[in-house]
Amino acid sequence: MTAAQQLTPEQVKRYSRHIIMPQIGSRGQRKLMDAKVLVIGAGGLGGPAALYLALAGVGTIGIVDFDVVELSNLQRQVLHNTETVGMPKVLSAAQTLHRYNPEVKVVTHEVAITSENAMELIAGYDLVVNGADNFATRYLVNDATYLSGKPLVDGSILIFDGQVTTFIPGRGCYRCLFPEPPPPGMVPNCAEAGVLGALTGTVGSIQATEVVKVILGIGEPLVGRLLLIDALTMEFRSVRTQRQPKCPLCGDNPTVTELIDYEVFCGLAPPPGGENGAAAH
Amino acid sequence: MSVTVRIPGPLRKISNGADKVEVEGSDLAALVAALEEQFPGMKERLVDENGELRYFVNLYLNNEDVRFLDGLKTPLSPGDEVSIVPAVAGG
Repeated sequence: MTAAQQLTPEQVKRYSRHIIMPQIGSRGQRKLMDAKVLVIGAGGLGGPAALYLALAGVGTIGIVDFDVVELSNLQRQVLHNTETVGMPKVLSAAQTLHRYNPEVKVVTHEVAITSENAMELIAGYDLVVNGADNFATRYLVNDATYLSGKPLVDGSILIFDGQVTTFIPGRGCYRCLFPEPPPPGMVPNCAEAGVLGALTGTVGSIQATEVVKVILGIGEPLVGRLLLIDALTMEFRSVRTQRQPKCPLCGDNPTVTELIDYEVFCGLAPPPGGENGAAAH
Repeated sequence: MSVTVRIPGPLRKISNGADKVEVEGSDLAALVAALEEQFPGMKERLVDENGELRYFVNLYLNNEDVRFLDGLKTPLSPGDEVSIVPAVAGG
């Protein structure tokens, strides 16, 4: 990573609480300003993750989302507000992030991430944050980041439970952790089962922390560990994860060497009769 | 010989709200059977029709994924802790 030019006096002031820490310093701050991070989903997790990355001065933040802001989002999604209901989420998000930090370049991708566009989307970034709200997108983003050789900070939530882990290509992936998605209907989503609003902030903020650590090369990211958060008992613990030699993506004899149809993989669509892969969202 | 099982939020409907339960079992298969006896409906969340561990719910014995140990044949010792960790996709 090439270090950005000298910090301006205003930047020194804006980022002083980071710069004063020896683990970051002005060199680390310039690394953050040079970094390009792609956030999948401008929702419960992507929102707080993008917010803290913008505040930290991460130079380029891409946001992928094709939804519009709904009133039911506002119980947890901090980038949006009552006035932006009905607006595309990426625009509402970009507006909020710019208000917090006009120095950050926010790139809006108002599309569904699919097997057709995922590799291209990810190619422009150093690292990806997964805030997807469904299994098909989660597997798609996992495969695309692995095939692109990019780190992935994965987070997910349901009810009062949260999970966070960081995948570095070659050291295990989401398929090593959960080889197959549950059949449709077996695991409810947040619309069906609910989710504690403040927990999305906890998990998204931990994802932002992981991103900063990976960019700076400091501390011990959640590589080889799955952090489990139970907001009801307020227990945080981690279990060990590892690369599965039989993993079809990152194992010794991979069979998944390009992106597949994730709707079919997740049982959401019948196997295609020569059609293109379906959108994964 | 009692083992502590940690029940994740999404499965607490089955455990009557309990986040931790004490179960007897000399190995994981016995533990799953004992869980089913205590909380009917739990077994099908953990193993499939062929009696294999499901691919989207992990069991950890003291923080180790049992897929990397001996699966359902993994022996248990008194004081062990087994965690059930389902895949969740919310974002």
